[in-house]
Amino acid sequence: MADALSGASGRLRLSVGAGGAILLALPWILVALDEPFFIGVCVRFLAYGLAAAALDLILGYGGLVSFGQAAFFGIGAYTAGVMIHHATDGSVLLAWPIAIGGSTHALLVLPLAALVAAALAAGIGVISLRTGGVYFIMITLAFAQMVYFIVLSFPQYGGTDGLMLMARNAAPGLDLADETTLYYVSLVALAAFLWFGRRLARSRFGMVLRGARENERRMRALGFAIVRYRLAAFVISGAVTGLAGALLANQSGFVSPDLLSWQRSGEIMVMVVLGGMGTLFGPVLGAVALLLLEEVLQGWTEHWMLILGPLLLGVVLFTRGGLWGALSGERAGDG
Amino acid sequence: MVEQTLNGCQLGVMLFLMAAGLTLVFGIMDFINLAHGTFYMIGAFVGATSFVHSGSFAVGLVAAVAGAALAAVVLERTALKRLYSDSHLNQVLATYALILTFNEAVKVIWGPQPIFAPTPAFLSGSVTLVPGLDYPIYRLAVLILGSVLALALWFLIGRTRFGMQVRAGATHRETVQALGVNIGAVNAGVFALGAGLAGFAGFMAGPILAVQVGMGEQILIMTFVVVVIGGLGSVRGAFFGALLVGLADTWSRAMLPGLLRLLMPPSSADAIAAGVASLAVYLLMAIVLAVRPQGLFPRHG
Repeated sequence: MADALSGASGRLRLSVGAGGAILLALPWILVALDEPFFIGVCVRFLAYGLAAAALDLILGYGGLVSFGQAAFFGIGAYTAGVMIHHATDGSVLLAWPIAIGGSTHALLVLPLAALVAAALAAGIGVISLRTGGVYFIMITLAFAQMVYFIVLSFPQYGGTDGLMLMARNAAPGLDLADETTLYYVSLVALAAFLWFGRRLARSRFGMVLRGARENERRMRALGFAIVRYRLAAFVISGAVTGLAGALLANQSGFVSPDLLSWQRSGEIMVMVVLGGMGTLFGPVLGAVALLLLEEVLQGWTEHWMLILGPLLLGVVLFTRGGLWGALSGERAGDG
Repeated sequence: MVEQTLNGCQLGVMLFLMAAGLTLVFGIMDFINLAHGTFYMIGAFVGATSFVHSGSFAVGLVAAVAGAALAAVVLERTALKRLYSDSHLNQVLATYALILTFNEAVKVIWGPQPIFAPTPAFLSGSVTLVPGLDYPIYRLAVLILGSVLALALWFLIGRTRFGMQVRAGATHRETVQALGVNIGAVNAGVFALGAGLAGFAGFMAGPILAVQVGMGEQILIMTFVVVVIGGLGSVRGAFFGALLVGLADTWSRAMLPGLLRLLMPPSSADAIAAGVASLAVYLLMAIVLAVRPQGLFPRHG
């Protein structure tokens, strides 16, 4: 992580180091506390954290308010779900022109989930990036809703009821059925993306992206084909979000259209802003904070949304910079 | 076919009532309101309940419009006006939080199940438009009332002093203020107007669609498609966009099953047709965007 943090303040290094150490040791701590059930909960934190960090790449650095991230999250989850479903079921995914069956192989299914989500992001991105600003928000939301309806129209994959998965992904020497293994695989994926994303944000590519956020017209005048840069970032974000969805599907053993709903898109966006935009680390913290808050509130009352809603409104109205800014001293654009 | 076209126009009129409020609020305050569907939901719930308790359709209608407009003014004055100068991202997040809150509040008050919205006696049954074509009176009433409201809105925005202030405020905010117009009052008025129209749409939709939590977001996303196609900030664009979306949705739902049955066995044709039909409006949006990224009637400036 060192070169991703070059020039960083001591407080920032300390925050990242402490966070990394906690995440590394967490399964041992939970086993020692005799609460191994919570390892699964933590996998959810990591998966949502990965999805939130992926959104931050385009939202925080690119200034692109994508309200359709659930489409990539859900399609990644469904890709994993459908492959596992056909593998355990013995049925074929495609009978013609060539027979293709399902698979539970982790090294096939997880990259495939990212690939399918990337292809979807490319399609949605090409059209939505023709516009900007408010249009972009509404178009990404509308296209995500379209994907939601597409998935609903496949009765063999459960429609509104969703799909139960009878197995998890595995590779030789790496069985994700073991919760701790799944946790570390998710952690490696998250750490890899954070490292890659911070490097990317400092690279020429990232500078163009941030420049276009600040002043699109000026960047165009400088001769940059902004749409191509934005599309590339959008596709990377979609692919990573799809991988996060596939990891979540493995953990929960269940995929449903709820993963594709506009509420999920909103939730992922709240995580980014709550944690701190344009930092990549912040959204991970935001994901953990929001999911923990939801768990706590759900324990209090059935109508926990009545507390969460006004709380979020207050956060938007009265706070700036997010949790990560308060913790590490880092603000959007510093990284 | 004529019946489906009428249904399409009726959906289009409803969508226009929603889109008009959204697009006016955006046009004058540069504010993107995700909670616009919430006013639609409030109109449907408050209206249906008032109608059932009072037995009068008119009381239900007034309660629906007043309830939605009141909720809008309270929200606008207490929270939302702080967000006008804020980023669109924060506007989206704040109104997203409002959706969560109001959906849950409605669940607490009315329960999670859909509630029953009766068709008034004097509008039930059907009428023979031309020999061989019977059409439900209620749907016809929605179509006519909605069209009258659309005309009234056109008059209000285009021909009255309030409308002039709204149009001027959209393009030259500071100048209008300097001329002594209370722009805060105009803002609140536009907000209440848009919410009232949404509440009306929600109330009228009650007997046709299910009155349930989440109904607001369904129509909101369709409304987004409408304003993207029509051009955001343009009332004329909202009108044509709404008709286009209403017709595309209704026609594809009516005709696709028949078309696909020519190609494949009926059971799979119906399943696929239902899926593809719900995509029609999004495909329409994609096509319009590919040709005219700013919509059919882009706003000047």
